[in-house]
Amino acid sequence: MLERIEKLRQEASAAIAGASDAAALEEIRVRYLGRKSELTGILRGIADLDPAERGPVGSGANAARKELEAALDALAAELEAAELERELAEGAIDVTLPGAPQLPAAAQNLLIRTQREIEDVFAGLGFRVLEGPEVELDYYNFTALNHPPGHPARMEQDTFYVDPATLAPDVKIDGLAPGPEDVVLRTHTSPMQVRSMEVQEPPIMIVVPGRCYRSDPFDATHSPVFHQIEGLAVGEDITLADLKGTLDAFARAIFGPERETRFRPGFFPFTEPSTEVDVSCFRCGGSGVLPDGTRDPLCKGVGWIEILGSGMVDPNVFGFVREHGYDPDKVQGFAFGMGIERIAMLKHAIPDLRKFFENDVRVVRQFR
Amino acid sequence: MKVPYSWLRAYCDPGLSPEEIGSTLSMHSIELERISHQGAPADDGFVVGKVLSAEQHPNADRLRVCEVDTGDGGRTIVCGAPNVAAGQTVAVALPGAVMPDGTKLGKAKLRGVESNGMILSERELEIGEDHDGILVLADGAAPGTPLSEVFAVAEPVIELEPTSNRVDCFGIYGVARELHAVTGAELAPAPWEGDAEATGEGKVEDYASVTVEVPELCPRFSARVFTDVTIAPSPPLLKARLRAAGMRPINNVVDITNYVMLLTAQPLHAFDLDKVPGGEIIVRTAREGEKMTTLDGVERTFDTDAVLVCDREGPTGVAGIMGGQVSEVSDTTTRVLLEVATWDGVNILRTSRKLGLRSDASNRFEKQLHPEMALRAQRVASKLMVELCGAKLVPGTIDVTGEIPEAHRIRLRGERVKKVLGIEIPAADRAEYLRRLEFEVTEDGDDLEAVVPFHRHYDVTREADLVEEVGRIHGYAKHLPSTLPKIVQGGGLTRDQRLRRRAEDALRDLGYDLIVSLSLVDPGFAERLRIPQDDPRSRLIGITNPLSGDHSVLRTTLLAGLLDAARYNLAHGAPRVALAESGRAYLREGTPSDGTLGGTFPGDRKPPAYEPWRLAALASGPMPGGWRGEDAEPDFYVLKGALEALAAQLGCAVEVEAASEPFLHPGRAARVLVGGEPAGWIGEVHPLVCREWGLEAASAFEVDIAPLIAASPIGAEQYEDVITYPAVHQDIAVVVGEEVEAAAVAQAIRDGGGKLLRSVELFDLYRGEQLGEGRKSLALRLEFRATDRTLTDDEVAAVRERIKESLEGIGGSLRG
Repeated sequence: MLERIEKLRQEASAAIAGASDAAALEEIRVRYLGRKSELTGILRGIADLDPAERGPVGSGANAARKELEAALDALAAELEAAELERELAEGAIDVTLPGAPQLPAAAQNLLIRTQREIEDVFAGLGFRVLEGPEVELDYYNFTALNHPPGHPARMEQDTFYVDPATLAPDVKIDGLAPGPEDVVLRTHTSPMQVRSMEVQEPPIMIVVPGRCYRSDPFDATHSPVFHQIEGLAVGEDITLADLKGTLDAFARAIFGPERETRFRPGFFPFTEPSTEVDVSCFRCGGSGVLPDGTRDPLCKGVGWIEILGSGMVDPNVFGFVREHGYDPDKVQGFAFGMGIERIAMLKHAIPDLRKFFENDVRVVRQFR
Repeated sequence: MKVPYSWLRAYCDPGLSPEEIGSTLSMHSIELERISHQGAPADDGFVVGKVLSAEQHPNADRLRVCEVDTGDGGRTIVCGAPNVAAGQTVAVALPGAVMPDGTKLGKAKLRGVESNGMILSERELEIGEDHDGILVLADGAAPGTPLSEVFAVAEPVIELEPTSNRVDCFGIYGVARELHAVTGAELAPAPWEGDAEATGEGKVEDYASVTVEVPELCPRFSARVFTDVTIAPSPPLLKARLRAAGMRPINNVVDITNYVMLLTAQPLHAFDLDKVPGGEIIVRTAREGEKMTTLDGVERTFDTDAVLVCDREGPTGVAGIMGGQVSEVSDTTTRVLLEVATWDGVNILRTSRKLGLRSDASNRFEKQLHPEMALRAQRVASKLMVELCGAKLVPGTIDVTGEIPEAHRIRLRGERVKKVLGIEIPAADRAEYLRRLEFEVTEDGDDLEAVVPFHRHYDVTREADLVEEVGRIHGYAKHLPSTLPKIVQGGGLTRDQRLRRRAEDALRDLGYDLIVSLSLVDPGFAERLRIPQDDPRSRLIGITNPLSGDHSVLRTTLLAGLLDAARYNLAHGAPRVALAESGRAYLREGTPSDGTLGGTFPGDRKPPAYEPWRLAALASGPMPGGWRGEDAEPDFYVLKGALEALAAQLGCAVEVEAASEPFLHPGRAARVLVGGEPAGWIGEVHPLVCREWGLEAASAFEVDIAPLIAASPIGAEQYEDVITYPAVHQDIAVVVGEEVEAAAVAQAIRDGGGKLLRSVELFDLYRGEQLGEGRKSLALRLEFRATDRTLTDDEVAAVRERIKESLEGIGGSLRG
């Protein structure tokens, strides 16, 4: 009996070794380990055996069965792995084909990005960001900014006047229907100086980004629609030196850590003293000369680039918000205004201001 | 303001180059525009010569062979001018000299005679037009004297841009005064010191009279009369200076008026007295529609604000702007009436703008001159009239004037300078700077009292103005410290502003390029968008003085700008566009919601228009399918997906309901609702609108941002436990009539689902024969969840039963 078991074991082992697929394995399993198989029959018949034989035959048959089962399982796993291997090999793709299409990555627009960068610099310095109306009253755009009627500076601004007939019929100015020069498209973001002081007592530190309008025909540096950012800081002790420090910090954040500003006298009706501000040229480093010895075209060899107008708020402006806590004898402060397009043009070598409004996506996407 | 270098140095010479003067003035006073150049590149080789002899050229009828003494003995010069003669003092260019046109002079053989230099004409020197003859100089300068000692041969011109408050710097002497104040270099006495001797007959009143009918517009009108005037060309020095300053020499009288204006900033006007009937001058405002031909030959029509200088017969000049032809000084003039007046600057500016006529005079008058300047200019001009025109000044000056404004006296506190500027400037320096600027200064301890000079009367009126004077002369560039404001105030963006950035970023990340389009547009956009005239979006806010019709009204929608940009990009080779804009619309009327983005702005006075902030997007051209998919036109649902994703980024939901817009496909258009309130539109752009913009097809949306932000929970979210009691999901299929909108189905489900139903999401739409004609099946995934227990099957089954009942209300049934 034991020999028979050994024979079966050898036969089955050989069959397993020769099996090449899952079906053959199953056939072997049924033949040698199935309910009708000889080995199963031997195990089933143990009880009928001589007691002395029962032990050796039982353990021999069981051992053979276990060995065969293990061999079958091992081979089955092997075959399964080979099968998967084959399937995966068949599933290989051309990884070099393009990815599934999305809309192409879009861009923010450099103007928006630059405005945000500037806002963030001033926000970090403690300024609030406010916004104001673009269809504005002459009062805020000029009068309260110390531009009396007929003032040459008022004319110099090339103002667009809003046709009062195109406003809502209930618009009143000091109780009267607006006249032909009472409503303007704001020529600068400065009207928000007075608007903001009307709603916030000193101290106040704000910046005001936004669209402005002037009747300048389109050219490389002008557009009738453009963007400015205004700054205003008023308290008891705000000095021109504080303006310098603020703008130095701005210049370094936007144009690089080595930058500094330079103040020159200027004239704006709503500041006194008034100052024009230059930033040291970030291309040549302020020398006016490029590394190859040629004149720096960006700063025209001067080493400085004009970036904004500024000054100490004129006491007459405080006169218009005196009852809001701005006594010209007690408070003082600075104001500045810069063109956002100009900053972006300088920083990114944009040759023509019109590029910002052309909205050519080939250009828009150059700036992420 | 063109400032010839040599002319400036005649009054103040700090020993600096033109470039150094320009940059010094820029840093302390007036901005430098550029340095330009007049005349020859250099003085070298230009000398005074004396013609010793002038003989006929042996081989040429029209040439003379001259012997000229140029200080180094005689030299032979062949000259073609008819007027050359022995004994003349002339301007000579020696071989090697570089002419104004850049040619370098050499020795030349002219018809067999070697010419060793050139006798110059005015035109060759670029100081005049005259080319017929050589320039004959006044006797006196020794042969060999550098020509530059007689007049500027090579003249750098410092071109400055004085600001509108500094009318004094529209005169050379004013610029010299600034240079003196900044550098401390000596300032020559003012040219108006001293006066001409009056040698004429009688007195001025015998010749002329002046009546000023509008004293408020003409604070001063002064007149002097000159007889025995000889009209002639001006001497080279004057011509050279005028030329370098950008003016054309005409004759001695006209040149004198221009020269004095350039020197003092006070314009003058010379009349031929014999062309002023009765010598009567009347200053009055124009009659409506009154006409006159100005010196430039143009007939001008005036309104009643314009001030005219008239004679007995009518207007003879536009006050402060330009003279008229009738009384123009000509070659035959012998008697001159010299007007030096002060006009109201605002009036001059207005009139000059209305006429579209600006002149060197109006440019100065509009900045408001002080009446005192008029008499100063009379004195300077009188001296020149006598000297250059051989004129006799008639005794007396007609001076019609009101009260001359008194000089301001202003106190400057020492501590104030430091407090405003943050710079310590020693008291002695403060006083010195102001004195150099011709303020009369009385020191009083650390303070001082300053009397403002006439030429700064309208500019310096307060202590703050003195602070500026002291600060700028001291110098900001060198002395201004860099400190930061000591203000404690929370800075940064508002929540609205932060969420707007997030919305813009979301659009970008969805693949929409952000554009910035012009808000000043062509009024035709509304009609092109088929917006009817009674629609608020057709009621455009317009400007009265547009540059062109293309930019004459404010946009009421962002759609036109997006369509423009789409057309531009598609025409420039883009296969598709997905564009978005974040910006304002400008409407006559509307109800602002809270916050800047809703059109509510700070300030006591209400803004005149309604300016809500909008987000808009547009896609046109096939959306990419790539190598394994089909390209698809960006239809309604593509844009709706973008809008929903945008809203989701703000943490809120949008709904839409079918509604038409004139510019949208009538069956593919919807109103966007946020919290049940209208907030914008979405849809496929109407084919006729697409055709108008040359597009095949496009879809777009435009929404107000304020309601989205108001609905956004961002920042206020509170934790909710969604883990302990997990949700149960069930998919259902609902069969309804074709006419029932998906939103109605979802609403019916929600109505039945109660608060245990947490979400309803449609994921399939099926139409088929077995459903029957006019029926459709919607597959929806429902999520049920309770916050305090795990839901049992029975509970969910009960809710499902209620949903079924609710759906029956809209004719729907659950399938399967």
